[in-house]
Amino acid sequence: MSEKPRLTYINGRGRMESIRWLLAAAGVEFEEIFLQTREQLLKLGQDGSLMFHQLPLVEIDGMKLVQCRAILSYIAGKYNLYGKDLKERALIDMYVEGISDLMQLILMFPFSPPEAKEKNIATISEKATERYFPVFEKVLKQHGQDFLVGNRFSWADVQLMEAILAVEEKVPSVLSGFPQLQAFKTKMSNMPTIKKFLQPGSPRKPPPDENYVATVMKIFKLD
Amino acid sequence: MAAKPVLYYFDGRGKMESIRWLLAAAGVEFEEVFLETREQYEKLLQSGVLMFQQVPMVEIDGMKLVQTRAILNYIAGKYNLYGKDLKERALIDMYVGGTDDLMGFLLSFPFLSAEDKVKQCAFVVQKATSRYFPAYEKVLKDHGQDFLVGNRLSWADIHLLEAILMLEEKKSDALSGFPLLQAFKKRISSIPTIKKFLAPGSKRKPISDDKYVETVRRVLRMYYDVKPN
Repeated sequence: MSEKPRLTYINGRGRMESIRWLLAAAGVEFEEIFLQTREQLLKLGQDGSLMFHQLPLVEIDGMKLVQCRAILSYIAGKYNLYGKDLKERALIDMYVEGISDLMQLILMFPFSPPEAKEKNIATISEKATERYFPVFEKVLKQHGQDFLVGNRFSWADVQLMEAILAVEEKVPSVLSGFPQLQAFKTKMSNMPTIKKFLQPGSPRKPPPDENYVATVMKIFKLD
Repeated sequence: MAAKPVLYYFDGRGKMESIRWLLAAAGVEFEEVFLETREQYEKLLQSGVLMFQQVPMVEIDGMKLVQTRAILNYIAGKYNLYGKDLKERALIDMYVGGTDDLMGFLLSFPFLSAEDKVKQCAFVVQKATSRYFPAYEKVLKDHGQDFLVGNRLSWADIHLLEAILMLEEKKSDALSGFPLLQAFKKRISSIPTIKKFLAPGSKRKPISDDKYVETVRRVLRMYYDVKPN
């Protein structure tokens, strides 16, 4: 029997959250190690576990994988969430990379100074409603299918769902004007593995707070 | 007979250069459309071919692909430069992620003030010699093979060579202390398709100059000051 994947990160969303989402959506149980001190991070680096001395780290199938995309691509490939051929994979990659650019704004938000927060929310709202959400609204409208690619659940759907919920936490009405995405969000929420992940007690992490920011600054020495 | 891929970007390195490297290494001829005016760019935007209103864009096999990583993944997969299975692909993705981060520190370099350029240069060299080069030196040392993954040429090797040459443009002896990377550099540079790409007259672009910066700023209306990352 193979072991569960083991995730090493901070107890918070950050760059590990997309990985938690994908594993959960694939119905894969995993273990987590939460770093609390800089010493723990340095020790991991000295052990040779971190190829570039960075997190996230996911131990899976005998590998110590770092680099979010590498980890996510491996999980997507292993659990058949990466399309049926090279062309479907290209579409999934294109969608995921676009959404990831939007998620980058969300990722950086907690670390911006208080006076910039309002402007940053406006930027997130603008990018979501003018650049990214219209694309996926159009994709869903044009093919009329439930899923973004190949009429089948894929990594792209999971990533879009994560992004919709993350943006809604900042801009609650962001989906008004996007009826296809509203329907998409409802459908995804009802998929058994995702439904389970969205319930209390799942490995899903809460939105970042001051505690999280302080821990990140301390452990990664970002001052 | 399939049409050649067409690359839409500025006449300069930027985010398109890694794509040029990979196509060239795979022995694939391609055409280029260079963005030179704002009008040209607005026309492209209005035509709807840029999914997220951004370049690079590559027309290949009937698709209009955007997002550098998606384009590179597709080319690597199509031309058998992506390993033989999921695990080799994971290693390649991990290694490419590192060289991508390293080269990423140099993307904004042409746009920086003279003072910031000096600082950023030192920063990138420090990262290369203390974090990235040691990691790849170790990979080569641990398995003793000629290529990073699976004893076979892959995207990871091509990307690392690109990163090495880029660093050497900033510090000519960046590889001192890394004997295996020095041998790797010689070896990969002499692969026929890559040797051809490194020779004058190829589609390889020179280091970005003020003219490039001016063009990008004009086309994208990007007039703010760029700070180092």
